[in-house]
Amino acid sequence: MIPIDTIQSTAETLMDKAAIEIPQDYLDGLRATAAVEDGDLSSFVLQAMLENYEAAKEDRRAMCGDTGCPRWYVKMGNDARIEGGPVALEHALRLATANATNGVPLRPNRVHPLWRTDHNNNVGINAPEIEYGYEPGENGAQANWIDLTTVHKGGLFGTDYRMLFPSDGIEGIRRFFLDSLVAFGKRGLACQPAIIGIGLGGSKDTCMVLGKRAACLRTVGDRNPDPKIAAIEEEFKELGNSIGMGAMGFVGKSMVIDCHIEVGYCHTGGMQMSVHAFCLSSRRAVARIHADGRVEYRTDPDWFTPYQRRETVGWLDQLEAAE
Amino acid sequence: MAPPKIRLSTTPTPEALAALKLGDIVYLDGLMYTAREGVYMRALEEKANIPMELPQQSAANFHCSPAASINSDGSFTMGAVTATASFRFAKWIGEWFEKSGAKLIVGKGGMSPETYKQHFVPNGAIYLTTVGYGTGALLGRGVENVEAVHWSEELGHAQAMWVLKCTNMGPFIVASDLQGNCLFERENAKIAPGLAKAYEGTRPATLKRYGETDDRTDELI
Ligand code: SF4
Repeated sequence: MIPIDTIQSTAETLMDKAAIEIPQDYLDGLRATAAVEDGDLSSFVLQAMLENYEAAKEDRRAMCGDTGCPRWYVKMGNDARIEGGPVALEHALRLATANATNGVPLRPNRVHPLWRTDHNNNVGINAPEIEYGYEPGENGAQANWIDLTTVHKGGLFGTDYRMLFPSDGIEGIRRFFLDSLVAFGKRGLACQPAIIGIGLGGSKDTCMVLGKRAACLRTVGDRNPDPKIAAIEEEFKELGNSIGMGAMGFVGKSMVIDCHIEVGYCHTGGMQMSVHAFCLSSRRAVARIHADGRVEYRTDPDWFTPYQRRETVGWLDQLEAAE
Repeated sequence: MAPPKIRLSTTPTPEALAALKLGDIVYLDGLMYTAREGVYMRALEEKANIPMELPQQSAANFHCSPAASINSDGSFTMGAVTATASFRFAKWIGEWFEKSGAKLIVGKGGMSPETYKQHFVPNGAIYLTTVGYGTGALLGRGVENVEAVHWSEELGHAQAMWVLKCTNMGPFIVASDLQGNCLFERENAKIAPGLAKAYEGTRPATLKRYGETDDRTDELI
């Protein structure tokens, strides 16, 4: 049984870590980008960002004044039991979000869409989002842990959805990718260079969810296990960095730190596509809490396991097919 | 070549402003206040009295909501400071210049060339953009203290009028000059010709969207 106090204190630590410590994979990616950027202004922007991450860690201050929208991804091992059940878990995550808003401090961003009511704590109706995934134990072992991931997703700009069709093909996908990049890249509205996540297929909502998770839950350098999709990821990263634009929309070549694509089976007549930018403040922090109360912190959510991407009716069918 | 760095007062002289060129890097000293849609609506539409002497105390309007908290003893904890996109405030900016005498509009991403020509030039004002735009921790360091927070009850923390004492706060980039030239427009013009090449091997979507054009000089704002 996982103690609920541990969940809440871990969640508060995660809020703090996400807001202040840039994940190493993104930092390495940005350094590599900065090393080849030759546009004067773009270079200046990237150097300022690198200094900013240092300042944030030194001062224990949020890296960006804009909190974005803090959200939670909870992955439960198949055998995990939580003290108080899922209702207690959600309460703990909401409380941790509110406490951290005051504690770090973070800017309270969340308001009612119509009445603009502000609770000054980033909590409200349907906020923060809490999404779930489940994971079987490996090789018949019990999985009695939970993984908590918080993502502080910035960017009112940088996201788009479009219904494409099979006849649009890769040329249509490429076009919509570029359209999104250029539209929001001008003036740097997307706060690029960013991790670009692309969702393909599913239905409208699944497509958005997959694209957002591709941007937020996969680390720089990670590739889709389908080699042909992995090749498109590489191609799009190159393509995005060769349009002549860089940070803040200045002349340069730093738009994309990495590109991640996730797919879902869709209606036979359609090919949904969504594009998401995980900005210069790519804030994510992860912890695994074990049944005995042990907590391990990391920055790779490791969300997209073979189980999450399964395509057969049952998980066991897939395991057998692989053998 | 690294762009030049300049220290600028938040109550700048016309000469100091005239010397600034597009792309210069600026660090600010003096008082700066945050004002965005909440403050504009309250001051301009509801005609509430602005609780500061403007522009004597400050001629610098920051489009920003800081990540700060107001402690129970009334003191403030200042965290990170990041600007918000300015183009959304175009409808209030002319009237705000008249009322506030602002000379520096500081924010994210600049405003349109039309707004510069129509409102900034006649008021002798320029636009400074934040950098990144995620340099919140660096800018937070430049805030020596919070002098006051006005209208936080009425508008909430995010929309309140925060009065910040700035020392060597930056970096900011000059995005418009006294003639109304626009840095982002200049950059877009340089980038546009190369875009055509990147678009080779793409195809417009089979199903168009209402109002869509194929003109790649289009901008969303
Ligand atoms: S998009 Fe990201 S880096 Fe830019 S202001 Fe928002 S949170 Fe900060």
